[in-house]
Amino acid sequence: MIEINNLGKRYASGFVALDNICLSVKKGEILALLGPNGAGKTTLISTICGIVNPTSGSVTVGGFDIIKDYRQTRSLIGLVPQELTTDAFETPWDNLTFSRGLFGLPKNPEIVEKVLRDLSLWDKKDDRIMTLSGGMKRRLLIAKALVHEPQVLFLDEPTAGVDVGLRQDMWRMVDGLRNQGVTIVLTTHYIEEAEAIADRIGVINGGKLLLVEDKDVLMARMGQKQLKVELMESLENLPSALAEQGFCLAEGGLSIVYHYDKDAEEIDIGGLLQAVTGAGLGVKDIHTQQSSLEEIFVDLVEDAA
Amino acid sequence: MNLRAMWAIYSFEMSRTKRTVTQSIVSPVLSTVLYFVVFGGAIGSRIESVDGISYGAFIVPGLIMLSIMTQSLSNASFGIYFPRFSGTIYEVLSAPVSFWEATVGYVGAAASKSLIIGLIILATAGLFVPIQIAHPFWMLAFLILTTITFSLFGFLIGIWADGFEKLQLIPLLVVTPMVFLGGAFYSIDMLPSAWQTVTMFNPVVYLISGFRWSFYEISDVSIGVSLAMVMLFMGLCLALIGWIFKTGYRLKQ
Repeated sequence: MIEINNLGKRYASGFVALDNICLSVKKGEILALLGPNGAGKTTLISTICGIVNPTSGSVTVGGFDIIKDYRQTRSLIGLVPQELTTDAFETPWDNLTFSRGLFGLPKNPEIVEKVLRDLSLWDKKDDRIMTLSGGMKRRLLIAKALVHEPQVLFLDEPTAGVDVGLRQDMWRMVDGLRNQGVTIVLTTHYIEEAEAIADRIGVINGGKLLLVEDKDVLMARMGQKQLKVELMESLENLPSALAEQGFCLAEGGLSIVYHYDKDAEEIDIGGLLQAVTGAGLGVKDIHTQQSSLEEIFVDLVEDAA
Repeated sequence: MNLRAMWAIYSFEMSRTKRTVTQSIVSPVLSTVLYFVVFGGAIGSRIESVDGISYGAFIVPGLIMLSIMTQSLSNASFGIYFPRFSGTIYEVLSAPVSFWEATVGYVGAAASKSLIIGLIILATAGLFVPIQIAHPFWMLAFLILTTITFSLFGFLIGIWADGFEKLQLIPLLVVTPMVFLGGAFYSIDMLPSAWQTVTMFNPVVYLISGFRWSFYEISDVSIGVSLAMVMLFMGLCLALIGWIFKTGYRLKQ
């Protein structure tokens, strides 16, 4: 659905915001772009949507070039910007009708009503936008992006500053759109968000796309597990038998941990625990934990830096 | 061509006018009417007639021009500057709308609004001073051409400005003096001859002169020159807008 080839953006100041980005997004998938502040996520989205002029490379959406065939590509795209940039004095109803007009579509009260109801804004339809809360303005921006029935939706940090309930509503909405076949690209700081809803995850830093991988593959490939054994009494020195096994001390001697690969076959948790009790240590509790996307992400960004 | 988008932008801007009717229509009309009362009624009665026209009637075309020029500038510059300032411009930039279509929407609305103001002032002036319109067609043509030209100019200022101060800079420091010194209140031949030459470099002189000719058939310069100057100025604005369209200057990064 989206093909990005060697896309580059260098600002007049010389700052390189996008560095030779290549990325392909399949129809109907949800791609999450992760990256720290200033990584280039918003610039990438803005370039595809026509707000930023690229300095090199090309992008096609639905087979159309974003510059030559901008009318076709932009008609396919809905954009939800990161900032709460709404009008102030207009009403949601008028604003959605305006959005449809901009996209060259005739008035359609049914669709405007449906979108407003889907985003729980129906009872605010005739209020001035300036009187809406932050969460409502965020939903209004989503409504504006959906009211021309796009096939590709860009969500630039849709849940920044949004409470937990609303965030889950949005995840449900994204899921519903996926079921309708809408392709979704979202940027986020919240790694659990990418983990929860994305099919694929791209990591951007310093204008470079560090990797793009299926979420499950990424988790499996880089996922580490750890076994943590909490001890009855704190330990000053690790018995050498356990050190040889690969344990190390943690939490000032209150526990010992062992790292292993999730897919490794030769892991023998029972044997490890026997070794612990064999060394005369009292076991209070045990946990195993799989490293989260967050740790993978931090590792990646730090490696690249 | 995305006609619906042009209409959407146009109606959006016009509904802004409706919402702020006191500020955008009533106040410019009132302030111009004050000029009639002061210059036409109070002071005007002590001034000789100019070229056989009573002073109160003489200043009507100039006052209408003064009002539509400043209104076109402020409407059009604010119309495009505010979405840039608030960030809502993203939607226009990411919609399947060409830059020319957006320009027609914004400039068309600004021009319509000042045209309405101009016509209201003209009607109001008729209540205070005796007006005759010798060439209604040319009167309307000058009115429309001037509102469009100055709305284009205002649109450019709104794109160029990167703060509210700059938004006011050109209208207040350049255009207002040009309009006051452009013969709104006097005929150019009332000036000392050296100043008459200087005045000829003021483009507003040509607009006011042409407009006044359409009322009373008196003018400082020939009507053809006036028309050519409006066209030249409009062409200049269009060329600059074309350049912005190509480079994305201050609209796109």
